[in-house]
Amino acid sequence: MIVDVGTRLAIEDLFARYAHTIDDDRLEEWPALFTEDCLYQVISAENWALKRPIGLIHCDNRAMLQDRVTSLREANIYEAQSYRHMLSATLVTHFHREEARVVSNYQVTRIMQDGSTLLFSCGRYLDRIRFTKAGPLFAERVVVYDNRRVDTLLAIPL
Amino acid sequence: MDAPGFAWPAGGNTRVPYRVYTDAENHELEKARIFAGPSWGFLCAATEIPEAGDYKTTFLGEVPVVVVRRRDGGINALVNRCSHRGSLVALKNQGNTGSSLTCVYHSWAFDLDGNLQGVPFRRGIEGKGGMPESFDLKQHGLKRLRVAETCGLVFGTLSAEAPSLEEHIGELIGGRMQRVLGNRKLKVLGTTSQVLHNNWKLYVENTKDTYHASLLHSFFSTFKILRLTATGGIHVSEGGGNHASHSRNKQDTDGGEYVGLRSAIDGFGLQDASIFGARDEFGDGITVQILSVFPNFILQQVHNSIALRQVLPKGVDETELLWTFLGFEDDDEEMQRMRLKQANLVGPAGYISMEDGCVGGWVQRAIQGSEADDSVVEMGGAGHASSDSRVSEASVRGFWNQYRGLMGFAP
Repeated sequence: MIVDVGTRLAIEDLFARYAHTIDDDRLEEWPALFTEDCLYQVISAENWALKRPIGLIHCDNRAMLQDRVTSLREANIYEAQSYRHMLSATLVTHFHREEARVVSNYQVTRIMQDGSTLLFSCGRYLDRIRFTKAGPLFAERVVVYDNRRVDTLLAIPL
Repeated sequence: MDAPGFAWPAGGNTRVPYRVYTDAENHELEKARIFAGPSWGFLCAATEIPEAGDYKTTFLGEVPVVVVRRRDGGINALVNRCSHRGSLVALKNQGNTGSSLTCVYHSWAFDLDGNLQGVPFRRGIEGKGGMPESFDLKQHGLKRLRVAETCGLVFGTLSAEAPSLEEHIGELIGGRMQRVLGNRKLKVLGTTSQVLHNNWKLYVENTKDTYHASLLHSFFSTFKILRLTATGGIHVSEGGGNHASHSRNKQDTDGGEYVGLRSAIDGFGLQDASIFGARDEFGDGITVQILSVFPNFILQQVHNSIALRQVLPKGVDETELLWTFLGFEDDDEEMQRMRLKQANLVGPAGYISMEDGCVGGWVQRAIQGSEADDSVVEMGGAGHASSDSRVSEASVRGFWNQYRGLMGFAP
């Protein structure tokens, strides 16, 4: 649906900040893009279509996102790597007062420390965005990935 | 049996030659002696193909297999290769094929038992062309596997010599499998797939290696979840190929297993500890049990997260790891939530399993050019007996014991 330009820009801006926060390795700032009662989920398109609930990550509040970042920084061991997000085809499907539902496409390229670069994941973001006094936040971000197979492991969030 | 192309080093099962992970000829030999040999491979959960004609495609080693539900309720497993020109017959991951399987290449049709039913233009057109009279449909069916089921899991083998599935798993490990799956009706909650850049055996060994758990996976210790008081043990089957390790967290004096989680003084605390609101589902206090059946099947219970792992070789230096997350039909809502939440611990992005996705690749990269050298598997001695200590590589040695026997590596 067509929303006013200001709303559209606010959504696009949130998406861009999300991408740069992860790609610039500022993971500590990533949970702040979500509401406290948020849902963040990473699930394959196959499970999503079959209505099977378990995917790669399932966080049903912001504290769990903070825990994931702490774990990635302090506990988990994985080879140095970074992402580059490409975002497109943003479609607002519902908009009502403080909330919008938005579908968009993504591609994430993963770059390893030795330079090997891989199209690591592609798929859709299914978002519920809440417009708060502090600006738009993700009340829900469901990452539905098309690529079925995960190369090696998924550490950094998509 | 011809000896493999290289000799096993001195030291028995305490030394593993790196060539076993890199040698292409050895990999070919494994296809015949391990995956087509007298072992059983996990194919699917029976609940994944509930209705007649439902099928799922999978692999026995690298051999493509289609598992299909018959009209009489039984399950068949067929090599997914047309008897004519060798094309894949079933093309989708899963679906329903009705009462026959038809190859799309030349429309050769097979019934669900794999019997060839018909060949288009068998008699040619107007007396010209067609198959010779001598062509016998009965000789050209799809190759059929022996199939057996235990705890709702379907296994198959291409070997006529393989002992029964029950014997292959054995009473000891079978009991540990029963402990988790019992005779309850399984429900698939999700599947994931992970590509590992290492030989399949490196991942299988990793699941049997109880020594690495608290050292490589520091999630539990960072968040003060793994207590030094944790007890446990390893069960290893007689031949060595199957194992079940378990650990159990002793109750703290203050009564709560994970009390203190938020207030770890000298470390980091979890902001949200709901991930550890686990229920003692099996009434024995065991929090983690990892079980393997030779050669490539794993059953995992990590708190209330239950999953099957199928370790599929894709050439000598790549592996696909397929995870199937399970619950039970009679799970209540709280249990469903718990399984969903605790799935964060495991899988390709799991807090305590993501390291296993990369560590095998590090070995595979590091051993290039060192094929004459051996790895050391001596923790806990030289044998592969069951033990109360998890500071042991007994079940890894057990794997090599069974492997060497089947491959013909002299003891």
